[in-house]
Amino acid sequence: MPAVSKGDGMRGLAVFISDIRNCKSKEAEVKRINKELANIRSKFKGDKSLDGYSKRKYVCKLLFIFLLGHDIDFGHMEAVNLLSSNKYTEKQIGYLFISVLVNSNSDLIRLINNAIKNDLSSRYPVFMKLALHCIANVGSREMAEAFVQEIPRILVAGDTMDSVKQSAALCLLRLHRTSPDLVTMGELTSRVVHLLNDQHLGVVTAATSLIIAMAQKNPEELKVSIPLAVGRLGRIVIPAASDLQDYAYYFVPAPWLSVKLLRLLQCYPPPEDDSVRSRLAECLESILNKAQEPPKSKKVQHSNAKYAVLFEAISLIIHYDSDPGLLVRACNQLGQFLQHRETNLRYLALESMCTLASSEFSHEAVKTHIETVISALKTERDVSVRQRAVDLLYAMCDRSNAKQIVAELLDYLETADYSIREEIVLKVAVIAEKYAVDYAWYVDTILNLIRIAGDHVSEEVWYRVIQIVISREEVQGYAAKTVFEALQAPACHENLVKVGGYILGEFGNLIAGDPRSSPLVQFNLLHSKFHLCSVPTRALLLSTYIKFINLFPEIKVTIQDVLRSSSQIRNSDVELQQRAVEYLRLSCVANTDVLATVLEEMPPFLERESSILSKLKKRKGPGLLPEQEDSPKDKNTGVNGTVESASLSPLSADLLGLSSTSSQSSSSSAPRGSLLVDIFADNQSPVPEAAAAPVATENFSKFVCKNSGVLFENQMLQIGLKSEFRQNLGRLHVFYGNKTSMQFLDFSPSVVCHDVNVHAKSVDPVVNGGAQLQQMFNIECISDFQEAPSLNIQFRYGGTLQNIGFKLPVTLNKFFQPTEMSSQEFFQRWKQLSIPQQEVQKIFKAKNPMDMDVTKAKIAGFGVALLDQVDPNPSNFVGAGIIHTKTTQVGCLMRLEPNTQAQMYRLTLRTSRDSVSQQLCELLSDQF
Amino acid sequence: MQFMLLFSRQGKLRLQKWYVPLSDKEKKKITRELVQTVLARKPKMCCFLEWRDLKIVYKRYASLYFCCAIEDQDNELITLEIIHRYVELLDKYFGSVCELDIIFNFEKAYFILDEFLLGGEAQETSKKNVLKAIEQADLLQEASVCLHAGFPPSVLSESFLCSLDIAGVFRRVKLD
Repeated sequence: MPAVSKGDGMRGLAVFISDIRNCKSKEAEVKRINKELANIRSKFKGDKSLDGYSKRKYVCKLLFIFLLGHDIDFGHMEAVNLLSSNKYTEKQIGYLFISVLVNSNSDLIRLINNAIKNDLSSRYPVFMKLALHCIANVGSREMAEAFVQEIPRILVAGDTMDSVKQSAALCLLRLHRTSPDLVTMGELTSRVVHLLNDQHLGVVTAATSLIIAMAQKNPEELKVSIPLAVGRLGRIVIPAASDLQDYAYYFVPAPWLSVKLLRLLQCYPPPEDDSVRSRLAECLESILNKAQEPPKSKKVQHSNAKYAVLFEAISLIIHYDSDPGLLVRACNQLGQFLQHRETNLRYLALESMCTLASSEFSHEAVKTHIETVISALKTERDVSVRQRAVDLLYAMCDRSNAKQIVAELLDYLETADYSIREEIVLKVAVIAEKYAVDYAWYVDTILNLIRIAGDHVSEEVWYRVIQIVISREEVQGYAAKTVFEALQAPACHENLVKVGGYILGEFGNLIAGDPRSSPLVQFNLLHSKFHLCSVPTRALLLSTYIKFINLFPEIKVTIQDVLRSSSQIRNSDVELQQRAVEYLRLSCVANTDVLATVLEEMPPFLERESSILSKLKKRKGPGLLPEQEDSPKDKNTGVNGTVESASLSPLSADLLGLSSTSSQSSSSSAPRGSLLVDIFADNQSPVPEAAAAPVATENFSKFVCKNSGVLFENQMLQIGLKSEFRQNLGRLHVFYGNKTSMQFLDFSPSVVCHDVNVHAKSVDPVVNGGAQLQQMFNIECISDFQEAPSLNIQFRYGGTLQNIGFKLPVTLNKFFQPTEMSSQEFFQRWKQLSIPQQEVQKIFKAKNPMDMDVTKAKIAGFGVALLDQVDPNPSNFVGAGIIHTKTTQVGCLMRLEPNTQAQMYRLTLRTSRDSVSQQLCELLSDQF
Repeated sequence: MQFMLLFSRQGKLRLQKWYVPLSDKEKKKITRELVQTVLARKPKMCCFLEWRDLKIVYKRYASLYFCCAIEDQDNELITLEIIHRYVELLDKYFGSVCELDIIFNFEKAYFILDEFLLGGEAQETSKKNVLKAIEQADLLQEASVCLHAGFPPSVLSESFLCSLDIAGVFRRVKLD
């Protein structure tokens, strides 16, 4: 098309633009613009009415000035005049101005809407399109309100031109995004969905975008789109030589539409219908196959379009996460891209592999590319690609390769771009903690982080290493020795001084036996750094000094001298001065016993999720974290028993609860380990080997708040349990696992019970070596009860008669039905149950760490509904439920008030029956 | 797509299209930051980058940078080809397009973009169909321009534009 036919020459506009371009300075430009604005203003205000051409020219000039970045506060009225004109050129410029410079002037909006309304009902499709484009560009709520009824009708009407339909579809999409509450297709939904079958591929392309948005909002209603989308996709990607004419792009058939259809399918799980599913599998296979075929064109557009479809197909495969074959193929394909000469493809392959790494089916396949990814880290010239490589290393990290990955990341950190250092530091810290097998390695890693990138080590990281050292006795001596050595460096980072100061203050005594690190040497070493540090670090060091006075009475005088020096005691900083004065005084007046109490070693920290992890999550969406270890569907965990089952829970992502040596660790962390297993064992299948907890005795009280797990275990036999309750009925599945290689003969379990009806299904009297036997019990609760049924098992093992007996975890609370109620209802009922016998209260000491989430989980497991925002004190827990028995139903209200300072709880139960209150209180108070 | 920006190697904004509601202040801030970020990148670097919580897809054609911001789940490669198709459309329409065409006929650049992308999504991906729509509109314009302005459209020829280009920045957008 020759340039001459560009249509409307507005000479004045061209001259003005070229004037602006010739301005030598910003000032000259502003001057020229102001001159023009004054001119336009006077033209608009002048009494001589302007003709359409002049109006158009001036409005265009205003638009140009606005797009240069200047403010425009007039001309809207003239623009509205233009768009109300019935000349196309004027209309077009008027709409453009309004689209770019939206003004919320209500009078104006009314006029604009009127003009749009006229154009929407115009017989010229070009006018309709202009109006639709304007709505789509502005997308304001007022417009949505005015036209949300009209546009869907235009979209599905039989006589609407294809190009208008396309505009209408995307116009609706925009309104759908800005005012989702207003846009409802109602009975037109099905007709919109059937646009997927439209003959005009342009209509299908536009409509698919709209359908995706609708499916995200109303997945159920839009489900019918699945077979249509698959059918359409099939007709594009499967034929050997499809001729889509204009919709082929560099020999790739309809790439935009293919990508959109694949996106639509990602709103849903795999299709249920067999024929649809197999057709989709064909499509995906075909897309993967095409990636391997020789290119039909050397143009980069050809490969980009082809691979755009491929990447979207891989996204769908990852989204389904169900077909190991396709996942592994996808992974191999991406593996090829990792070494592609196109930087873009390497980037995308790294990005896509991050999500593949989180699938259990492809995690191993991703891991095989570790060397390529590491070399990308070293050789890529583009920092955004290196960033992706870091992400992928993080995502593919697990116990088997953690050491290698940490070593590589530390190595890279030395030369890494400043923009991504902090994130690498966080990632290394998380990996080091999560997969630490020995803590010496962990401590070394963190100290390395501080040494290499001290400025980028955030507080969370060094807080964390201290928490861990304090909580893990076995690493304390090593940590003290290591920080002492690290502090020897002439120039060490202030963060190291902080960590060193804190750790030596706590555990310096562990290395004081060595004359090279005697108390005085330690003190002098730390104090030599003192004057180079900032105020907060100095404050920390002063605390270290007073701790030293307690640890090493022999250097008390030296330290007191330092504290007494005028630079400390008269320091201009209030915090430092106060510490110096108070510590000095404390060291003088207190006897050794008092000092030892005040300055006692820090107790282990009670905390769940690593604060580093939460920081990293805040920086990045959760999608980039290696979730595969946390996901309950991970099936590769049974081998290590407790350790692995603890690591399944997201809460135990810290080291504190996740050690194979938990039995030897300090007393306060030991119960934590088992506690974690308790709560999260529900995620496990009840098959005993999956939860091979080291329980040697019965675990009755653990089952009060949960319904599955290992009930009993000794050298011969492991008994697992899975139970479900509904109203006053229950069903128990008991799994007997023979751990020996010999048969159990005459195997006969029998139940003794008084208060509940138990009906046991009979079982085979022989349990083969290594085999498992399952037995089902049906239970009926007649009235409230205290005594749980007991199970006695007799069998012969190698000629001797074995006898095992224990209680089945059938407790009154199992027959709870949770009841939701408002605050008002709750307190009304609470008051109704005011007879003294109805209330039972117990105050007791916490046996386990007081963790809000754990408590919540336990109360929910106990069976009552946990009521939020009922208790005025947010740290209290309030619950309600109804106990179902055959004869009666008993309403129960409970309240638990933790006192973290005193490590005590107060539990109050009110029910309509005193025996129930009593029994529930007994059961629940035992849980914390 | 959340927005599309066209800017020159000198950092001058030539076209901006926003598909999400933002205040003018925010738009200016985003433009400033992004222009800086993209201009600082070297030629052989990859065309994608993470920026805030968006993905930026950009490509340079001669002296012009075309830059799109897409959301996390959007497809980078297909966006790259959206840019290319838009450049093809401009090229076909202006007949070997250059930065000046877009400066002097900015309204046309917007009209073509609206035919191709609406609400941030591809409306019509067939080159033929988009150009047909623009041609139709131009025919309507021709008629009215000649009537109203009173001079033939051929006055605004390419050579006329060149004569206005004192600064000499006259580079053709290269299609590769």
